[in-house]
Amino acid sequence: MIRIRKHLAEHWVPPAIGIALFLFLWSMLAQGSETLPGPAKTWDSAVVLFSDPFYQKTPNDQGIGWNILNSLGRVGIGFGLAALIGIPLGFMIGRFGFLDKMTSPIVSMLRPVSPLAWLPIGLLVFQAANPAAIWVIFISSIWPMIINTAMGVRQLPQDYLNVARVLNLSEWKVFTKILFPATLPYMLTGIRLAIGTAWLVIVAAEMLTGGVGIGFWVWDEWNNLNVEHIIIAIFVVGIIGLLLELLLIQIAKRFSY
Amino acid sequence: MKKYVQIENVQMSFETRQGAFVALKDIDLKIDPGEFITLIGHSGCGKSTLLNLIAGLLMPTDGVMLCADREIAGPGPDRGVVFQNHSLLPWLTCFENVHLAVERVFGKTEDKAKLAQRVNEALELVHLTHAAQKYPHEISGGMKQRVGIARALSMQPKVLLMDEPFGALDALTRAHLQDELMKIVAATKSTVVMVTHDVDEAVLLSDRIVMMTNGPAATIGEILSVDLPKPRNRLALANDAHYHRLRGAVLEFLYQKQAKKAA
Repeated sequence: MIRIRKHLAEHWVPPAIGIALFLFLWSMLAQGSETLPGPAKTWDSAVVLFSDPFYQKTPNDQGIGWNILNSLGRVGIGFGLAALIGIPLGFMIGRFGFLDKMTSPIVSMLRPVSPLAWLPIGLLVFQAANPAAIWVIFISSIWPMIINTAMGVRQLPQDYLNVARVLNLSEWKVFTKILFPATLPYMLTGIRLAIGTAWLVIVAAEMLTGGVGIGFWVWDEWNNLNVEHIIIAIFVVGIIGLLLELLLIQIAKRFSY
Repeated sequence: MKKYVQIENVQMSFETRQGAFVALKDIDLKIDPGEFITLIGHSGCGKSTLLNLIAGLLMPTDGVMLCADREIAGPGPDRGVVFQNHSLLPWLTCFENVHLAVERVFGKTEDKAKLAQRVNEALELVHLTHAAQKYPHEISGGMKQRVGIARALSMQPKVLLMDEPFGALDALTRAHLQDELMKIVAATKSTVVMVTHDVDEAVLLSDRIVMMTNGPAATIGEILSVDLPKPRNRLALANDAHYHRLRGAVLEFLYQKQAKKAA
């Protein structure tokens, strides 16, 4: 009984106080403002919104569920393509010093560029909004995957390589039994960083490209001056981002030695 | 009698920023089948370098190295290596770690059941049958080192090379593993080259102790034959005058003739 109470006090009370304080400050702010809705008003609006998440009235007026799924779909495709190219590239860069030196100036220069700066190039090349948004996700998630995979390969302990040498393992065995498992935790870190960035970027990209998606929805509700929905969108984006992160941490735990 | 390992006039230098650094020079050593050789010397004397040369992990800058009359041109399954820090792959079970070695050497000629049997025999030799399905992080340091020995022996090497295999273990575990190693070597009639910095270990296990001078340009200072009868028993040896004479000879070499200046 005492242990349960202690657990409660240590793990649940502080976050509960934090959330309560946050809601309190929010409602204080809302009370002094004519335009900002408070927590209660936002909650009511959210209940209505989520009671019918999958309606489809017009192409620009669809349920919140469709918006979320469309955004996740874009992130999934852009991120998947980035993994498909970025991870093998990271392996090669990590394994071959020449390639590392060759690509390093380009990677270092392009990595700090805001992914949105790539949007016009995407629009130009693909002549359509949707592939351009996917392209932006691709660009934003490829760098962490290349860099972390390459780092994992570079940090491979010499001991393991010596084992490979004295056992005379084939290149394939070296890859499947040593290189890949040893690099996996680094790769997963790259994937986690990439999906975090991708989810950050999708909102901004969709604001610019339009279509169905959580980012465009925010922009649309701004034009409708529906502030409750904008606040709901912020929470939705935050919670989904958190869930993606937790999911990947769980996967990474499975592969840590 | 054919020599198993022949090292003639071997020199090893490394390229450094300050130019060539000569680690070893004029190394001559011939090892008989079934012999247990230890390499001993102060740190930095190149004893691990010499072992890595025999393993084929390094190539000598000069000289000839043969194993069973064939030139050593790289690592090979005829020389099993046990590393200081066990070097088991953490994502594979003990069985799989040993299997990796067995598969490479016998995979082309033998079926799966025979390969598994070889792995099990190797684990049985080091008394780890019960830990076969465990991962390295689930077993103790001494057990890991035993898996390392099983992995090396499973390839049926001509020579077993051990680089301070018990250096990272506590004294009791070390003594236990030394006893086990003596039994294994007696049972398998293995030829062993072992690097150590432990004088008692060297005298207890060796047929000959190769004592190395201090680097740079280290070479073999003296070779001491340990003519104590086998099997040896550490308790009996504790009161054996000849054992103490041999031990004294190694100590004299290390701390008088090759006394290292305070680092």
